[in-house]
Amino acid sequence: MSLRIPCPTCGDRSVHEFVHGEIRRVPDHLTDPDERDLDFAFHHDNEEGVVTERWFHAQGCRRWFEIRRDTTTDRIVETEAS
Amino acid sequence: MNEFVERQMKLTWRPLKKSYDVVIVGAGGHGLATAYYLAARHGMSNVAVFERGYIGGGNSGRNTTIIRANYGIPAAVRFYQRSVDLYRGLEEETDRWLMHQAKGLLWMAHSEAAVRAEQMRAKLNTEFGAETEFVEPRQVQELCPQLDMSGGGRWPVLGASYHPQGATARHDRVVWALAEGAMERGAHVHQNTPVEGLVLDGERVAGVRTAAGDVAAGAVVSAVGGHVSRIAAMAGLRLPIRTHRLQAFVTNHYQQQFGPIVASSELFFYASQTARGEMLLGAEIDPQPSFSYRSSHDFVQDVCRRALCLLPFMSNLRVLRQWTGVCDMSPDYSPIMGQTGVDGFYLTTGWGTWGFKAIPAGGEQMAELIATGEVPELIAPFGLDRFARDRTMADRGSAGTH
Repeated sequence: MSLRIPCPTCGDRSVHEFVHGEIRRVPDHLTDPDERDLDFAFHHDNEEGVVTERWFHAQGCRRWFEIRRDTTTDRIVETEAS
Repeated sequence: MNEFVERQMKLTWRPLKKSYDVVIVGAGGHGLATAYYLAARHGMSNVAVFERGYIGGGNSGRNTTIIRANYGIPAAVRFYQRSVDLYRGLEEETDRWLMHQAKGLLWMAHSEAAVRAEQMRAKLNTEFGAETEFVEPRQVQELCPQLDMSGGGRWPVLGASYHPQGATARHDRVVWALAEGAMERGAHVHQNTPVEGLVLDGERVAGVRTAAGDVAAGAVVSAVGGHVSRIAAMAGLRLPIRTHRLQAFVTNHYQQQFGPIVASSELFFYASQTARGEMLLGAEIDPQPSFSYRSSHDFVQDVCRRALCLLPFMSNLRVLRQWTGVCDMSPDYSPIMGQTGVDGFYLTTGWGTWGFKAIPAGGEQMAELIATGEVPELIAPFGLDRFARDRTMADRGSAGTH
């Protein structure tokens, strides 16, 4: 069974219909503008555990929405209400 | 590793010491190769490799064992060619049969654009030391008679770049031979010993924290695959790494010989025959960042559909096993090796979906860096600082998995 993404408009659809979108956060402790730029351009939290992320239903309703997913199991723990 | 294998190998498990010159985190191919070359080339045997599971149990045991050097940028071609050369001599050097077999690799082109790209690849490879030539469809058919040259009518083979040194080796024999070589020379390997933290001395990394207590180290090398962001965070570093799953599967036994390794970057799959006669298939990484080892049915379905365009004989085979590894993907699809800006802490990561082929060269170069303190020329372009210096090593088209 492949990963199904719960689109608030279209319901559960195969992950291949979507584009994954990371929510980029530059940590507050970085103050140097160059370091902040570098972090924004390249660095990732790459968290193990529940993350909040955006998905774009490219082959469906073409809307962005947020879900919370556990990256260690790929289980979707929270979805956006439609 | 099971008892049978352990009896065959001369592995000596020694008790944990309180201090080592070098501590390597992760006893996969890269970690063990670094330990091996430190001992074999630089006489440094006061080295310990820490492994949370068993040796070669991570991505070293989950890859598709392809060895090649036909990359797309000069620095990568030179580096991987070094690895191809070291692999060729590794059986003699370790006195172990690694089932290393040069099969040749065909990288198919199905469009005019791909023909030009493969012709360029052949030129660039030859120029920088990796033997590759562009071959016409007639030669492709001779090299691999099983190919449907019409590509199922949709993906005609218009040519291919042929890399005769493309090879495969048995993945666990490689890690066992390196572990044995390192341990024979006095290095320690500690299985079932997760590193839970780093010991910091001011700004400097001075050791690792384990359940059995703190272990001091002159240098700490992270050679982990799949969880490098966590280790780096312990040293206060943020990395340009996202972790994705990569799946692969094998079919049952195919009764004929399937000679070369066949890859198609337009159809996004690659295939080779294992020593057991199974057809081994790999393809692209899963789209979402993930640390899960779950495999999915749609992957098999999708890859089979694409593979059958070129290899229709596979419709008579059955899928036997499927597995997943988790890959640390760098943004430019090149590895990250060397110093980190944190004193005493070294990284060899970003091995994404191309780590197995680089095991000997990665280990050799990291060992040289640690032993001499100077960045070897071969890996200088692959430092972590390249992102800040705006010198990324973009080579996505050579990964074969995207």
